[in-house]
Amino acid sequence: MSWETVVGLEVHVQLLTATKMFCACSSKFGDPPNTNVCPVCLGLPGALPVPNEQAVRLAVRAAFALGCTVHPRSIFARKNYFYPDLPKGYQISQFEEPLATGGALEFVSAERGPVTVRIKRLHLEEDAGKSFHDRVPGMTAVDFNRSGVPLIEIVSEPDLRSPAEARAYLTTLKQILKYVEVSDCNMEEGSLRVDANLSIRPVGSSELRTRTEVKNMNSFSGVERALTAERERQIAATERGEEVVQTTMLFDAASGEVRPMRSKEEAQDYRYFPEPDLPPLVLTEKWLAAERAALPELPAAKRERLVKQYALPPADSAVLSASRGLADYYERVVKAGVAPKDAANWVMNDLLALSPDGETLAPAPERLVEVIGLVSGGKVSRQTAKRILGEMVSAPKDAALAVAERLGLLQVSDTGAIEGWVRETLAAHPAEVARYKAGESKLMGFLVGQAMKRSQGKADPKAVGAALAAALAR
Amino acid sequence: MTDFVRAAREAAQRIAACEEKGTHAFLAWSEAALVEQAERLAKADATGPLAGEAVAVKDVIAESVFPTTCGSKILEGWRSPFEATVVRRLREAGAMVAGKANCDEFAMGSSTEWSAYGPSRNPVDPTRVPGGSSGGSAAAVAAGAVTMALGSETGGSVRQPAAFCGIVGIKPTYGRVSRYGLVAFGSSLDQIGTFGKDVVSAARLLGVISGRDDRDATSLDRIPLGEPGPAPASLKGTVIGVPREYFPEGLHAGIKAASDRALARLRDLGAEVRDVSLPHTKYAVPTYYIVAPAEASSNLARYDGVRYGPRADGGLTDVRAVYRATRGHGFGPEVRRRILLGTYVLSAGYYDAYYRKAQRVREAIRADFARVFAQGVHALFTPTTPTPAFKFGENTADPLAMYLSDVYVCTANLAWVPALSLPIGRDQGLPIGGQLIGAMEGEATIIRIAQALERAVNATAEVR
Repeated sequence: MSWETVVGLEVHVQLLTATKMFCACSSKFGDPPNTNVCPVCLGLPGALPVPNEQAVRLAVRAAFALGCTVHPRSIFARKNYFYPDLPKGYQISQFEEPLATGGALEFVSAERGPVTVRIKRLHLEEDAGKSFHDRVPGMTAVDFNRSGVPLIEIVSEPDLRSPAEARAYLTTLKQILKYVEVSDCNMEEGSLRVDANLSIRPVGSSELRTRTEVKNMNSFSGVERALTAERERQIAATERGEEVVQTTMLFDAASGEVRPMRSKEEAQDYRYFPEPDLPPLVLTEKWLAAERAALPELPAAKRERLVKQYALPPADSAVLSASRGLADYYERVVKAGVAPKDAANWVMNDLLALSPDGETLAPAPERLVEVIGLVSGGKVSRQTAKRILGEMVSAPKDAALAVAERLGLLQVSDTGAIEGWVRETLAAHPAEVARYKAGESKLMGFLVGQAMKRSQGKADPKAVGAALAAALAR
Repeated sequence: MTDFVRAAREAAQRIAACEEKGTHAFLAWSEAALVEQAERLAKADATGPLAGEAVAVKDVIAESVFPTTCGSKILEGWRSPFEATVVRRLREAGAMVAGKANCDEFAMGSSTEWSAYGPSRNPVDPTRVPGGSSGGSAAAVAAGAVTMALGSETGGSVRQPAAFCGIVGIKPTYGRVSRYGLVAFGSSLDQIGTFGKDVVSAARLLGVISGRDDRDATSLDRIPLGEPGPAPASLKGTVIGVPREYFPEGLHAGIKAASDRALARLRDLGAEVRDVSLPHTKYAVPTYYIVAPAEASSNLARYDGVRYGPRADGGLTDVRAVYRATRGHGFGPEVRRRILLGTYVLSAGYYDAYYRKAQRVREAIRADFARVFAQGVHALFTPTTPTPAFKFGENTADPLAMYLSDVYVCTANLAWVPALSLPIGRDQGLPIGGQLIGAMEGEATIIRIAQALERAVNATAEVR
């Protein structure tokens, strides 16, 4: 029998706020343990939570970016469980009435083409602290710096059909969330965390079978590997005639395997109930309308617009709209007067080659425009432009002309000098000159090359060609 | 100029006298701490409506001069690194914290018998309880150790002990006073209240601690209540509702007599007394004992011995075993009972039948009050308690009997409306409290009526 995979994802994303969800402590990652803490995020007796407006704003922005309906009234709820890194014994989250529901995310699946995944809900919550089981032998250490950091949880419907689609969904989600500056989505720092639900069914069936939850995945490729392993495990079990049991599986990135979580670690009754310390979160229509209006252009819209507005090939547009920063960079180059397709080539070939991560973009667009100007003006050759740009990364204040001069890369278009190199070339290669004159016109390229060599690459090849043609015609 | 140090020493003498009689109103107090606070105030040239006043503070309110134990072993020795907003406001008003007043463990109880540090005694009759859970605060005022004290209410824990001890207790509108620094019991019900030897003292203290606090998201956006006005000479034009559900057949004869006399005085003052009905009253105690324990089971989850408080981990390596041992030893029987009850009503499969239904009944109780106040009633008059102060041990074996002593007071907590209790007479020497319940944010109205009634009744006279 052939099997279809059914996957839904729960993604936790840390919001880019300066302070925590319910107190004024810094939410910065990487500070010394237990330095960003106060009575509120330590859950000391008598402390009370007060919602962070910026966190609400970012969550609403994410919800709009994912096409969700944002509810003008939502309710915070307590999720109760005991764990040493959960200082209050409950996590403030949202349950029955979340901030947003009913969104959609589109991406192109390698197997199915364009796919729309429904977003079930998006809600606000606070993070727990972080436990370290290995710092002190036989002890568990807890860092509460993360306790109370604002998160959104984005829950998809089970609309994904393969581990690869899960990965593509995550890549698209990350791109959108970074576009709207809601999160840096840095999985290494834990600002994006993924749990998955997976089940299998015979191809052609629409039933939803017993699913398992897969946890402990630390990268997008890990998600794909973990889900592949879990899919294979479920298929093997089913084909042996075993039932898939609802359980939680932990992924081990080192072995690439999944193993069931100890039963003690799961099956909790969280006893959700409305958080009595917080009134309903009420957002006015006016505020919501302003937030919606302030939403930046999203990746899909930008891809389409770049194609339309600049007549770019869709492949170029996809590369240029990978991040908001790159697209903005490109458009600044075009605005400075560079032809759109030329600008695309420069940005994709020359600029991105200098970027270590595709996001750090240097030199500045104005500088790239200067270099493009030097090339089109015949001041430097197209070949030396990369060297100039590379130099400008470390000397951002210097103008392109000054850098080219410093590197000795300015082309000579002074006719006297060029005619000198042409004369020398003709004198040095009488045989080729004779063959050229006999009609072997392709030798012109050889002669230009020789003249360029004599100029040590500094001559403008066009001017050299013209001077050579004139001399040979004499 | 206030002589702060002299005021502190005099307060210390009064507290010492109170405690020497075995009242056990305080879990922590000292002359040195009082004098030190006084010196700080003197140095700052403090002025304010409570300059030089020593105020007893219930031990569930965070404060940094003394430990904040909530009457529990699980917080034995806990010193809060921050002070409650109400304590900060007390200090800004020129007051000192006299000491930490005894209470039932985590404010769960009606007699102080559930304090892990032993009960307080009723200064009027030391064989009887002072009421609870804010019994220490009430006893401190009744014994003359202080003229005002802070308590807290979840279901009548200020008004009931005020009635038992023959003093005044006010429970403001939910949100009127910041809960920041009040150790949570039932967060949707909890509210800090005030005690005074008379209406003006309790009202003045409330005036100082009330007002919006950005640290409490449920606090009302209102300016402080400020100083109470003078007692009105007449209550002409005032409509007093008498809810018949609070005067059942078989009501304690002394309570009945005292209430009738108080109502007669209100009529004498020119008030119109009107029969009204709050039909959902009979559901108040069961509703309260679902909502409050549910919230408590969550609020008390943080006492796990991991970050503060004593930890029972001798030889234990499993974190769950440490939780069980710590919480099993640290919490007393009533707190354990309520945590179990609350955990049960929130559990999967029971939530709809208990917690969700209780929330709906709570809405109905709230609607009862809204309806009568919309019909032109300015305040409701009821007895505060079904009986006068009971004897030690009388109700500890029967939790339901203990719970029923809150029958007339827990409605105001469920409905968020303000209410106060003032002494309206004595029966066989025991004080009897009369309750005035106001509309939402109607503190000023019930305080004004209470001031008039206080002048018109002889609160220390036998009622039959």
